[in-house]
Amino acid sequence: MRLDDHASPHERALKVAIVGAGPSGLFAAEGLVDRLGTEVDVDVLDRLPTPYGLVRYGVAPDHPTIKSVVNALQAILEASNVRFLGGIEVGTDLQISDLARCYDAIVYATGAPRARHLGIRGETLNGSISASDLVNWYNGHPDAIADFNLQARSVAVLGAGNVALDLARILTRDHTELAQTDMPSPVLERLQQSAVHDVHVIARRGPEFAKFSSKELRELGRIDCIHRTVDRGELASALHGNFDRAAAAKIALFDSWSTEPSRPDARSVHFRFSLRPVEIVGSTHVEGLILERTAVNDRGLSVGTGDFVSIPVQLVVRAVGYHGAALPDVPFDERSGTVPNRLGRVCHAIDGPVIADQYVTGWLKRGPVGVIGTNKVDSHETVSALIDDCSQHERLHKESIDSVLDARGHPWIPYAGWQNIDRAEISRGAAEGRSRSKISDWRTLTDVAMNPGVAMPLEASS
Amino acid sequence: MTYVVTDGCVDIKDRSCMEQCPVDCIYEGGRALYIHPDECIECGACEPACPVEAIFFDAELPDEKLPSVQSNAAFFSQVLPGRDEPLGTPQGFKKVGPLTSDTDYVAGLAPRP
Repeated sequence: MRLDDHASPHERALKVAIVGAGPSGLFAAEGLVDRLGTEVDVDVLDRLPTPYGLVRYGVAPDHPTIKSVVNALQAILEASNVRFLGGIEVGTDLQISDLARCYDAIVYATGAPRARHLGIRGETLNGSISASDLVNWYNGHPDAIADFNLQARSVAVLGAGNVALDLARILTRDHTELAQTDMPSPVLERLQQSAVHDVHVIARRGPEFAKFSSKELRELGRIDCIHRTVDRGELASALHGNFDRAAAAKIALFDSWSTEPSRPDARSVHFRFSLRPVEIVGSTHVEGLILERTAVNDRGLSVGTGDFVSIPVQLVVRAVGYHGAALPDVPFDERSGTVPNRLGRVCHAIDGPVIADQYVTGWLKRGPVGVIGTNKVDSHETVSALIDDCSQHERLHKESIDSVLDARGHPWIPYAGWQNIDRAEISRGAAEGRSRSKISDWRTLTDVAMNPGVAMPLEASS
Repeated sequence: MTYVVTDGCVDIKDRSCMEQCPVDCIYEGGRALYIHPDECIECGACEPACPVEAIFFDAELPDEKLPSVQSNAAFFSQVLPGRDEPLGTPQGFKKVGPLTSDTDYVAGLAPRP
């Protein structure tokens, strides 16, 4: 290879499509721009009119510090060679073959949008929902179930991770504190009228195995209006033994809560351990939950003991994890909910051959684990593979995605459209004495994006 | 609230935490790494990434490691040796690059054998 070949081997910049504008997709964009500078043009597509994925629609609204990662993600989107194309669903509005005609490489970063099921009786009763139903609702996701009437006095949250903690906290936190968040106004009204008094957080295994982070447990401990209880008997197995720093910190918190004086008037979060859900009971609506005590057998597995416990609840929320969704014409492993890949290169199957020019990152690549920062390392690995491959390839002629979308008459939301939404939400928030008030329906999001003149529908006379 | 790099990092500087940080708020000094307390978004990605468990959430610091809170903050608020002004809030290590200086607290720790 001649030196000048190495310096500028291609006549035009590399064209990359990233499908999904959440953290993993945007960290992939960052990696490409950091490594290739102006030698790359990145289009980030999202089915929603809004970028930032789970930072906007997953991170709890009362966690503004974590949400401030948006500032870093925004800087990525505002790079001169990165574009946002919202309102385009790949597989519906555009096919993979369309993308292949327009880009040298495609990166899938659509995450893990499906909720896992328990597979127990009563799971389809009214009042049995998934964590994402509730999270989408209070975060103002436009696909959320339109309304939640929180008439349940007792709620069971199944799961021992931070999503379960988010749900317990949002359902019990004082309304005046929630009123400072960016939740849509109708959601705040529902939470103000909420009848919820007790939230039972139910973990299949003992406290030493709980996946809550100690930081977020500690946060729950600092919220004065919430009372916390832990059953001494269910804690016993964890009080003696050598645990790592994180587990020990959590056990110490549970231990302190197990002896807190009773506060019957306070909204309460009850932590229950070593219980597995067996059946949700009720005629048409949830009336109770039957649980079976579990024990760890000599093979280290959690098994039922035949000892059953019943608790009266009117709402059951399963927070037992997310699962990836297949994209049309992209290989998918249903068991793991991921796209088979090697270091981010999409494969026909696990251990199968690599498919050229297709890549995957984030939860769709490794499954729904890790925190926001985990996606940065993950996406940079994928980007390294992409750059290694593409630097060797000849740049074939590619069509313009804008022309393809124009030819189909498919309207899409550019970054300026999202900025219109952003500004409208901030001005709604200012009118309500908070930093942002989210817009949560497709119609208004689209209207505001396309025509900022409708930005203040609250003031419009009807 | 912020995460904090403690004395366990001194003379090791594994840097795995820096790859994880989504806001690039972990900075490299001469003998240790430092987390910017105002830039940290408390996501917690760095803590499990550290192979020597040197990173703590400030509310969870053992008493003997409490000086690290002040030291991490001082790296940005004080004028480090060989510099004219404090680092301040650079909004990302990438913009600054590695430094050769340390805070008084870290500089005063005995070399790791």
